[in-house]
Amino acid sequence: MFAFIAQVVSEFNRPAIDWHAAAPELTLLGFGAIITMVDIGWLERGRNIAAPLASLALLATMVPIITLAVSGGQRSMFAGGFVVDDYSLIMKATFVLTGYIVVLISTNYIAQGDYWENEYYGLLLSSILGMILMASARDLITIFVALELLSIPAYMLATWRKRDLKSNEAGLKYYLMGVFASAIMLYGMSLLYGATGSTLLSAINREVSALAQPSALVVLGIIFVVIGFAFKVSAFPFHTWAPDTYEGAPTPVTAFISVASKAAGFVALLNLLFVGLLGRDDVFEPLMWVLAAASMTAGNLMALRQMNIVRLLAYSGVAQAGYMLAPLAVAGVVPDKALTASVTYLVIYAAMNLGAFAIVIAVARKTRSAQIADYRGLFRYAPGLTVAMTIFLFSLAGIPPLGGWLAKFRVMEALIEADSASGLVLGVFVAINSVIALYYYARIGLSMWADEVPDGDLSPVRVPLSLGVAVMLTAVLTIAMGVLPGDVVSRFTEVSLLAQP
Amino acid sequence: MDTISDTNWLLTALVFSPLVGALLMVLIPEKDEASHKKVALLTSLVTLGLAGFMLIDFDYSSAASLQYFVDTTWIEVIGAGYTIGVDGMSLPLIALTALIMPLVFVYSWHHIPEPGNAKAFLILSLILETGMIGTFVAQDLVLFFVFFEVVLLPMFFMIAVWGGENRRYASLKFFLFTLFGSALMLLSFLALFFLTDENTFNMLVLTQNAGAGIARGTQLLIFAGMFLGFGVKVPMFPFHTWLPDAHTEAPTQGSVILAAVLLKLGTYGFIRIAIPMLPEAAEAWAPWIGLLAVIGIIYGALGCLAQTDMKRLIAFSSVAHMGFVMLGIATLTDFGINAAIFGMVAHGLITGMLFFIAGSVKERYHTLEIKRLGGMLVQAPKLGWILGFVSMASLGLPGLAGFWGEFPAILAAYNPAVGIPEGTFRGYMVVAAVGTVLAAGYLLWLLQRTAMGEPSLEFRDDPNITDVSTTEWIAWTPLLVGIVLFGVAPGLIFEVTDPAVIGSLDNCIRVGCEATQAGATAVVGG
Repeated sequence: MFAFIAQVVSEFNRPAIDWHAAAPELTLLGFGAIITMVDIGWLERGRNIAAPLASLALLATMVPIITLAVSGGQRSMFAGGFVVDDYSLIMKATFVLTGYIVVLISTNYIAQGDYWENEYYGLLLSSILGMILMASARDLITIFVALELLSIPAYMLATWRKRDLKSNEAGLKYYLMGVFASAIMLYGMSLLYGATGSTLLSAINREVSALAQPSALVVLGIIFVVIGFAFKVSAFPFHTWAPDTYEGAPTPVTAFISVASKAAGFVALLNLLFVGLLGRDDVFEPLMWVLAAASMTAGNLMALRQMNIVRLLAYSGVAQAGYMLAPLAVAGVVPDKALTASVTYLVIYAAMNLGAFAIVIAVARKTRSAQIADYRGLFRYAPGLTVAMTIFLFSLAGIPPLGGWLAKFRVMEALIEADSASGLVLGVFVAINSVIALYYYARIGLSMWADEVPDGDLSPVRVPLSLGVAVMLTAVLTIAMGVLPGDVVSRFTEVSLLAQP
Repeated sequence: MDTISDTNWLLTALVFSPLVGALLMVLIPEKDEASHKKVALLTSLVTLGLAGFMLIDFDYSSAASLQYFVDTTWIEVIGAGYTIGVDGMSLPLIALTALIMPLVFVYSWHHIPEPGNAKAFLILSLILETGMIGTFVAQDLVLFFVFFEVVLLPMFFMIAVWGGENRRYASLKFFLFTLFGSALMLLSFLALFFLTDENTFNMLVLTQNAGAGIARGTQLLIFAGMFLGFGVKVPMFPFHTWLPDAHTEAPTQGSVILAAVLLKLGTYGFIRIAIPMLPEAAEAWAPWIGLLAVIGIIYGALGCLAQTDMKRLIAFSSVAHMGFVMLGIATLTDFGINAAIFGMVAHGLITGMLFFIAGSVKERYHTLEIKRLGGMLVQAPKLGWILGFVSMASLGLPGLAGFWGEFPAILAAYNPAVGIPEGTFRGYMVVAAVGTVLAAGYLLWLLQRTAMGEPSLEFRDDPNITDVSTTEWIAWTPLLVGIVLFGVAPGLIFEVTDPAVIGSLDNCIRVGCEATQAGATAVVGG
């Protein structure tokens, strides 16, 4: 027995590790461990340094991401299962910055109420670790591990306020739907593995592309995997968990789930489609078309009737997922354009949606409510927040010169460049949905600017510094990405996933 | 590639000077209303000064070509450039915009509409000005699209916050209608980009290309998308329904800006983008555009006759007047399009003025219901006379500006461009002529019921009803002078626009010629 183990160990050759390429993950892992140690060792005394430590962790993680971006080129490990390239770096940076803003909007929120803080930040960091790993994952197993690593902490974060029934409901629904989706996805992955004999995405692509007609096994595998991710990105009709989870979870966690977790789901989907299944665009394009059209239309129509702003943002998030899925419906014809469009949308969406949630948190500090009716007359007592919220809402609606217009523009650009009837029809879908969406965004704008304050209470909203910084940061980014996108986003989002080993 | 330099900085300064003022005002506290008003007025005067300098410096001998041309990169990855320039077609409209805004700010000196907050109101107006001038100078489709949309948000809030009772409904309707049109317009722009060989948004190149290499059916579709975008903005029948609501509910300043400049963005789009870039499709659509235009003329006029509210009546008259402009455009002749540009400027001056008057009447009488008004000539004779004068201008009395927009447009319909059914347009001409009679009808009727007769019992001894105030005189005089000046000397505008219009149509003619030549060669060769 021991001899056998000794033999295996002696025969084991450690695969070459590019420490620089793994530095972002390792940095975050190290800091996460430190936070956990601080929690175990200092207990209550560690409360005050948890948030600063988490911010520091995320800023420190940016350092290797930047050095990797500067050194350029593509780094690949584990036979191509872990890849660092421009695309993965821009997504890693998005996740880390999103995490940083979530820490900023969390600090005062989490400190209220008698809950532990250290675990909160520890879980947050491990979820982000899963996300940045996902950006580099080019192997079914790695994708699955990264997905679980980012999801499981998120389930716990959603139910953070454990004495609040709604928070429990939120966490439980999220958890049940999440594991359900994981199971379906895993089944799909096993089918793909069975059909192709490899878990490596590039190898899968070789195998599935070689077939003249897709086999039933491959088609089923693709459908199951896509459905699994559709849950994750809350695309219609797999969105049902989102409104309840968003409403019940602590609002900073909602912001995190609606931006980072959704983006991570998209990153996984992009990896899978562009690296693993591009040769089978005849299978996944129709799927994406239907998902995109259904998500944007259903999401927008359901958002029209919402009275609670968090639920409204949940349904608008379903619609936004539809816009992000749209270019994937023409991914076979214009792969580079479609990928760029989705990535650009993700980056801009992160800034504007985080900003909107930051305002929701700020306003709830005074009104203790997330009802849209309580936004009436906001301009009278919080003009700064109102202007910022206006920027975020109309950016989500896609009105120039705010960032959202560029996101929609790139989606339409890819759809039209495909030069096909299906692309054109989906483009018209996007155009008409923009009008429907404008109705509910503009209605909130109207309430804030034009209505009277319901209870006549004109006392200002007290905005803590970190929350204010988060609002400023996201607002400036949202405007900058719309006015001078060349210098802010475009330089980074021109990425390609096609040059894979 | 022409970057910004000593010779072409002027346009960039013109576009962004209002924005600089707006940024400055963000820093001034809200309570200091007087400073806000001063900064806003001063900013718009600087912009007017720059526009004035441009009017002097402009090389009129080459009005057909773009001047102060800047062409530099903006968003490289989508091929959008910061390309701006001005020619004879856009010059009058830029001048109109630069003129209207200071007048609006002068008027705002004593008339910040309810519920106050001069800071926000004036900042929005300045952003609006940047958007409007930007649209007229943009020579890149994406840049044009962005400026075209920049005006939406400020106007939406202007109606939504400072508007009348029904402002919620009106502002949303305005916003949704325009966005619907422009979203489809964007699809057309993108299609144009990918279907031309050069893959560019540069309007000059696209104009020179004039749709070459694009299948006729596709051209018709692309034109239809643009038609929706511009047609909603004009607004053309049947997309006009947002206009009466928006005008009625908007504060006076908003109505003036809307009537004087915003509507022109749509008609300008037709003559700058849709027609020169897709001449073949324009030719095919022209009879339909003409039809909607004359329906607009008659429908607008009949709508006017049915109104009981003075502001709503003026709004409907806009539908009719823009119908004349569109009829001129639909003829696709240089004569008709010149008339259309003149009509835009004239309508801007006249209807802008009418909305100023409506605002002042509302302020004095607290109502605009026509049957409650009356005897204005007795109580406020100057106001009554100005209303009479502007009504005459609006119905197209020769010698005033309105005449030169309508009469040549009708005349142009007698002889539309080659390839457009002559008989149909002659029919339109007759209908449009009937429209002018109706216009005289509703305007005289309005004048008779509001200005003439004895003041009603209700307002006979109302101390509120005073004559034209000093700020009103300052704000109104330039418009009144303009109405007379351009009525007496229409050449001032026609001579500027004509070379540019001929230049842009030249393309259509050239493409048409090539098509026939190719046909002829084919016959000879066969």
